[in-house]
Amino acid sequence: MIFAIGLREFKSLFLSPLAWSILAVVQLILAYLFLGRIELFQTYQSQLMAMESAPGLTEIIVPDLLGNAAIIIPLLVVPLLTMRLVAEERRNRTLSLLFSAPLSMTEIVLGKYLGILMFLLALLALISLMPLSLFAGAHLDYGLIASGFLGLALLLAGSAAVGLFMSTLTQYPAVAAISTFGVLLLLWILDWSGQGYAGGNWLAYLSLFNHYKPFLDGIFDSADAVYHALLITTFLVLSVRRLDADRLGG
Amino acid sequence: MNGAILVEVKNLSRFYGAFQAVKDVNFTIRQGEVLGFLGPNGAGKTTTMQIISGNLAPSGGSVAIAGHDLLEDPRAAKNQIGYLPEQPPLYRELTVDEYLDYCAALNRVPRANRRPARENAKERCGLHDVGPRLIGNLSKGFQQRVGIAQAIIHLPPVVILDEPTVGLDPIQIREIRTLIRELGREHGVILSTHILPEVQATCDRVQIINKGELVLNESIEGLEHHMKSASLTVAFHHPPEPGLLAKLPGVKTVRVENDGRLHIFHDTQINPTDDIVRQSVEKNWGLYEIRPGRLSLEQVFLELIAEATAPEATSKMQPGAPS
Repeated sequence: MIFAIGLREFKSLFLSPLAWSILAVVQLILAYLFLGRIELFQTYQSQLMAMESAPGLTEIIVPDLLGNAAIIIPLLVVPLLTMRLVAEERRNRTLSLLFSAPLSMTEIVLGKYLGILMFLLALLALISLMPLSLFAGAHLDYGLIASGFLGLALLLAGSAAVGLFMSTLTQYPAVAAISTFGVLLLLWILDWSGQGYAGGNWLAYLSLFNHYKPFLDGIFDSADAVYHALLITTFLVLSVRRLDADRLGG
Repeated sequence: MNGAILVEVKNLSRFYGAFQAVKDVNFTIRQGEVLGFLGPNGAGKTTTMQIISGNLAPSGGSVAIAGHDLLEDPRAAKNQIGYLPEQPPLYRELTVDEYLDYCAALNRVPRANRRPARENAKERCGLHDVGPRLIGNLSKGFQQRVGIAQAIIHLPPVVILDEPTVGLDPIQIREIRTLIRELGREHGVILSTHILPEVQATCDRVQIINKGELVLNESIEGLEHHMKSASLTVAFHHPPEPGLLAKLPGVKTVRVENDGRLHIFHDTQINPTDDIVRQSVEKNWGLYEIRPGRLSLEQVFLELIAEATAPEATSKMQPGAPS
């Protein structure tokens, strides 16, 4: 049942030009940055070879690529993708189709979330083609690539949960998009405020960025994974509660 | 009406803040019955329907659908209903077939049965030719039919239709009404409307709701009874003096209508029809029309609503009551 809802969300995305243009734009920008990075590597290749324990090709290209992706996708793409989820259904009054079907609120929320996850995974798969294409001519550090993409996947899943919740709050997709953008940007830059203070870093601890960066360095810290899992759960539970309140309030 | 009880609503009430939209409503629907839910705008029709369909939680009371309590066992209860809200919940970007397949999946129709279920629903709603078309491109009438198809795709025992004929042309309205009558043979149907002839044309039983309270719960025959009044409309080629008619036994007053017809109010016990016909023949008045006066459903409706509001008005006059 969850899958049926998810599949419809996923398919519906591709029925409008939105999904296609998102895929194209993200791919274009990241490819540009990716190529720039390769050029950089080629310029300094001889110098790198002379260095002792110099960073490898993967280390130079992948963290940078995923670092850029982690800004563009959560801040620009996720709000656009998630804004419609509930807000548009509420506006078009199609929510009653789901409410009067024999489904629990949890199933509805999980279904919608699954649809967005499927799209984000497709996006990730497309991005991963770029570094993986280098395997033709170089030795790659697959561990680093896997860790980086796992981190990005968790980050996107977290932001999608935030976006879904924002979409349950309103009937205007644009409002949902702006709020999602605001919350995610705030989570992203939280660590800026803590800089310079010795003990005032608890805000920085909440920052998405600080729990993403270790993945890029190839470090899988279970605390970081738990942070993302908690973020996802919190916002999904909040979404279920919010939809239930729809039925109670009216 | 002796089908099994499909919906049992007990002491249902619903508040929006301090405003009580539905007050202590009780009713039942049996299988093979079309129940008309009638009321002016803002009377609480839609609220009641939203509650029965599980879209809105009641503030008090209970709803049981085919024996399953809607609050305690919502999944089993919702399995038994199909709901068409005022505005059909259609995804405009899907084709009719895609949409109906999705609805079948949502309503837990097993995968193997989805296709037959979809074809059956399309057949019944006259949608066979529009399967591959986008819902957004269909006319309002067809969209409405897709909405009904969505509500019956899993063959639920109870079908709830909220103002299904709004915005349709007369031919479409007639088709939808026929469809509702057909549905009423096997399913229990609740039909909300504020169009009175629609109730007369399609329903077996009528409920009138006003300001959140049920003011009438009658079979259509019972309603007909309400509508008979003690009056006659007559027309003559050579009309006599109204005074002459007024002297007939049982006649209370005679009123001359603008078009030359006479409106005769008589005693409920003594019907002067025979006398009028006999006199007309004897005195060559040239009677060419005589029919019993009937209140239209509109008049009954207004009367009931007036009755319901009148006691309220007087109770406000009582000393001590807040004004």
